[in-house]
This record gives sequence, C-alpha cells and structure tokens, in this order.
Amino acid sequence: MTNSSQDKAPLLEIDRLSVDYGLKGVSLRAIDDVSFALRPGEAVGLVGESGSGKTTTAMAIAGLLSPNARVSSGVVRYRGNRLPIDDDAAMRPHRWSETSVVFQGAMNALNPVHRVMKQIAEPCVLKLGMSRSEATARARELLELVGIPADRGVAYPHELSGGMRQRVMIAMALACRPSIIIGDEPTTALDVITQAQILKLLGELRSQLNLALILITHDLSVVAESCDRVMIMYAGRIVEDGTVAEIFANPKHPYTRLLIDTIPNPANGKKIIRPIPGDPPNLISRPPGCAFHPRCPSAMGVCATEVPGLDKFGRARVACHLHRSSQEDKVAIHA
Amino acid sequence: MPDAADILRLESIKVHFPIQGGLFDRVLNRPAGAVRAVDGIDLNVRRGEIVALVGESGSGKTTVGRVITKLAQPTGGRLLFEGRDMTSVQGTSALRPYRHRVQMIFQDAYQALNPRHTVFDIVAEPLRSLRLVKNGTQLAERVSEALAAAGLNPPGDFVSRFPHELSGGQRQRVVIAGALAVRPELIVADEPVSMLDVSIRAQILQVLIDLRDKYNMALLFITHDLPLAWLIADRIAVLYLGRLVEIGSADEITFNPRHPYTIALRNATPQIGGNPCRAELPALQGEVPSAARVPKGCRFHPRCPLAFDRCRQEEPPTVEVGSRHMSACWLNER
Repeated sequence: MTNSSQDKAPLLEIDRLSVDYGLKGVSLRAIDDVSFALRPGEAVGLVGESGSGKTTTAMAIAGLLSPNARVSSGVVRYRGNRLPIDDDAAMRPHRWSETSVVFQGAMNALNPVHRVMKQIAEPCVLKLGMSRSEATARARELLELVGIPADRGVAYPHELSGGMRQRVMIAMALACRPSIIIGDEPTTALDVITQAQILKLLGELRSQLNLALILITHDLSVVAESCDRVMIMYAGRIVEDGTVAEIFANPKHPYTRLLIDTIPNPANGKKIIRPIPGDPPNLISRPPGCAFHPRCPSAMGVCATEVPGLDKFGRARVACHLHRSSQEDKVAIHA
Repeated sequence: MPDAADILRLESIKVHFPIQGGLFDRVLNRPAGAVRAVDGIDLNVRRGEIVALVGESGSGKTTVGRVITKLAQPTGGRLLFEGRDMTSVQGTSALRPYRHRVQMIFQDAYQALNPRHTVFDIVAEPLRSLRLVKNGTQLAERVSEALAAAGLNPPGDFVSRFPHELSGGQRQRVVIAGALAVRPELIVADEPVSMLDVSIRAQILQVLIDLRDKYNMALLFITHDLPLAWLIADRIAVLYLGRLVEIGSADEITFNPRHPYTIALRNATPQIGGNPCRAELPALQGEVPSAARVPKGCRFHPRCPLAFDRCRQEEPPTVEVGSRHMSACWLNER
C-alpha cells in the first residue's frame, strides 16, 4: 500500500495485516486485511467502537499482542524493515526506542511502590545504557518537557492527579526518543479540562520532536482537534480513511456519516437524535459481505454477499459498494 | 422561585462527610474537618422537565443524585418532593411510596444487573419489593410493558435471557426497564450513556426522551458532557466543587454562558463543528481541588483566569443574569 507520489517516505507501513484470537478452540478474526502507512510527524486517529479492532491494530504494531493472538497474514515494516511483531524478544530493541505506547489507565500502568522519577529513569538505564545519574538528569528533563516541575519527580503515583499521571506516562514513552507514539485512549479516563490539557501537550510535543502519533479513540471529536488523518474501523476492517477536514465535511461511508451525526453539535443548532439502528457486530457472528450492511440505511443486495474493497479516491480510501458503482457511473452517491 | 409544577426541590442541600482525624489530631483535640461533597445546592425539577447536572469528577454530581434517591443522607438543607419534606424520612417501609415514584439509572449496566437473574426477574424485582402487583399475570404484563417502553421489542424475546446474553446497549435498556417498571415520576440517570458505544448512545437518549414525551416523566440527567447535556436537556445546571455555579436553559448555557467555569468547560470540549460560544478565555490550569480543602471566597478563584481581589475574599451570591438564568460570579456585579 505504498505510494511513492506522497511527499515523505513512510515511517511505518502496515500491509494487509490480519490477526486472529484463539478462544476455546475457536479462532476469531479481530482485524482483517488492514493496510495503511504512517509518515514521519503525522498524526493518525484510529476510530471505532468496541470490537472494531482499533486496539488490536495498535498492539500488533507495538508487538504487544496477547499470547492467544496470532498474526495470520500481513507484515508491518518500520523504515522499510520488516518488524518481528509476533516475537516478543525480537521486538524488544524496537519497542520504546522506536515505538512507544501511552496506555489508558495510568494508575494501572505505573508501579505504585516506586517514585515516578525512578520509573522514568528506568528505560534510560536499560535501553540507552545511561548511568543512574545521567538517567536521573534525563528524567528531570523529561518531566519538565511534559509540564511537571522536576522536583515533583519524588512523588509516588498515588500522590499525583489523573492528569499528572498521564503526563508521567507520556514522559516515560518519550524517554528513549521514539519516532512513533501510540496513544491507546490516552484521555478517555480524564475530565474534559484535563483532556484538553493532555491533547494540547501531545500536539506541542509532536511538533517539537517531530513525532508521529497513532491516536486510538472511540471519540471522533477528539480526533477532529488533534489529528491530520482519520481511519474509521468497523468489525476489524478499515472502512474509511481520509484527512480530518475531508471526513468531517464530506463523509463517504454511511457508517462514518451516521457516526458523525450521533455527536451532539451545538454549532449547527439542531437538536436531532439520529440513532444508528442495531448493535455493533459480534466477532463470533460477523455478518457476511459488508459487516455494516445489517445496520446500513443504504444497503443494497450486493452488500450482503460481497465484501467491499478499500478503494482509493485521491488520497482518501473508502470500502463501500455505493462508491464502487459510483466510479463507473457517477450517480446516486448521496442517494 | 417556588413553582406549583415543581416535582422536586432541593433547598441548600449539603452533604459533608466527616474526616476521621489521626491520633495526633485527637490527642490535641484538633477538629478533623470534613469533605464538603455537596455544599449548598438549590435546584428544582418540574414535571416533564429534563434537567442536566454537569460537572467534572469530584464536583459532587453523583452525590446530588444519591441524595435525591435517598441513598445518601444530606447533612443540611431540605429535599422536597411535590412540596412534601422528604429530608428526614428514612427506613425501608417509610420510603416505599417515595421509591415507587423516584428511580435511579446507574452508569455501569454490567454491574447493576445480577448475572444470575433473568431479565424478567431483574425487571420484576422492584414491582415485587414495592408490592405493586397483585398476581403473576399482572406482573408479567407490567414487565413486558416496561421492556417495550425501554425499546426491547418484542419483550418475549428478552424475558428469559441472562445479562451475559445481551449486548451493552440492551443491558442498559434492561436497567432502564427496571427503573420504568414502577412507573416513576422522576428518574435520576447517572451518566447513563458514558459506558456505551457511540453508535448506541443515541438509541438510549431517544428512549429517555420518549419517556418524557409519553409519560410526562421528569429526568435529572447527570453527565460530564456539555454538548450531550445541550442535546437532551431543557435546562442545564453546572456544578463545581459542590456548588452550582450556573443554571439556565440549555441554549443559554451553551451559547451564552456567563460563568468563567462554564466557558472553560465549553472551550475544553472538543467539537467537530467548532465552538459555538466564542467567549475568549485562556485555558484553565491545574485540576479541581479536593473537596476537603475548599478554597476561600469563590471556590473557583485559584483556577479562574479572570479572578480579582473580591473573588479571593467573598463567596459570590447566585444572581439572575437573564431570563431564568442564574450565575454565581462577582463579574456579574461589574
């Protein structure tokens, strides 16, 4: 899925990746044929509901899949080299040095019995071979970078507020100077005002350090303000991919359009509630054809039988039969 | 503003939790203080009205809900239901008529449902314990009626299922059906959609709005999400550290907020179509202080970018700043 016409060489390429989970002898496909590229400094939002495969995609990239997961096809390349994403030991030199993850629950991810300074210094000692004093100096620098006074580094995680803990998580993620940060719902557990502070921090760090960001979230409005590009996932597949401006102004996939409509938007002044009928798909009984067709208001006969491919439209991509036919005769796109 | 149509009135409700001091404090006879979770709230809800209570974590919004449903006892103030003082009514049998008319919907439908009970048992439980039905036929009728009203159609498909056989949205509907079964006049919904996937949130909101439209039910909707409050509510009350800082119609609070905290909350909320309220205010620093150490003067002053001397000394009164629009800020006096 590379395209040399784009300005920069991709940092990360995910090529036709599929991951299955083994569960009591049954194999469930969590992500199916996922392909995308991430360029240096780019911020991509991965949006979907529970079970859409957004977290599995991100964990696969970081080589952090759970033991019952199996990469059944596809490759992940970093700067052109294939990553051993299903081999934990072989991924070790790459993880944190090139790709870091900021998890959702900072309280669970931090060690409660160590001072946060020590926890930030740890990767510097282990990964970069720094001495204790060098690592402490680096940790102080990192704390200041994420907006915590360096002297607060003596605190234990429970002495910090939720927002501060999330900042510590970000400092740890930055310790080995990675070029990609994966944020797995990094602001979901936080209050609105704290969320705004953390998103602003991530934005500043991104431009300061030329970081690429993969932001996993279920909240489209978070993506609207902090990403360049959005990928919408549904039942393990990417259904739409495009720039933030494009997707919000002119969503092509019916699911994207309905998803945007569910967000209360005082700016347009219309108090209309448009529910998406039905329930999110179950991995055990994935609908045949396009997985969204049982809930889709524009479903046609072909949608129930044939899986739509992710077709290119300029720099955007859409997987929907409505837009396949529209390539041949340009009618009824907005029917 | 006493109003004949008020179904519920809170008059300077306070909930202070005492802090157990350490040995040292007790030896020196030092007062240990209190967590002022709710610190003087006046709020009324009218019949058929949807009021949203908006605040961050630690603002006391859930405690207010628990006071109304008699799950927490206020340490001060009065709780009036249809003009009757319910503040000191306690005990299972004395509260039975009240519980019949006021119900609560909790946030986490996974925890609110007993995994070993069928949907029928869950929805029938309040009818049985409040002794609202005479026989099994009547019980079955009321249960299917409640399931249908909560959008679980046809009810026959769901009655014999267990919670693990339901999707997240269906579980929340069962919770709603359980609250509806007794035909309450007021429902307190504590973040009823925040655990749900975005695509099914709208379905649940629609169910709640239909209940108001069909049965003239009043709803107190507790949320942290200002745009969501605007969508569902007639009026919005904004809570900060145990006090209401602003209350008014949903449109007034959204498009013409007067309190700096409401403006900050508005500006911090990510929005697809941009921010409808263009009031300029620098972003807030820091986080909500602990309710055990409420700042002196206006409790918002340490974080308020517009604070001046008076804010640090005196607590601002709640004054009318528009039609049915109240705000507690010294800037209103300028």
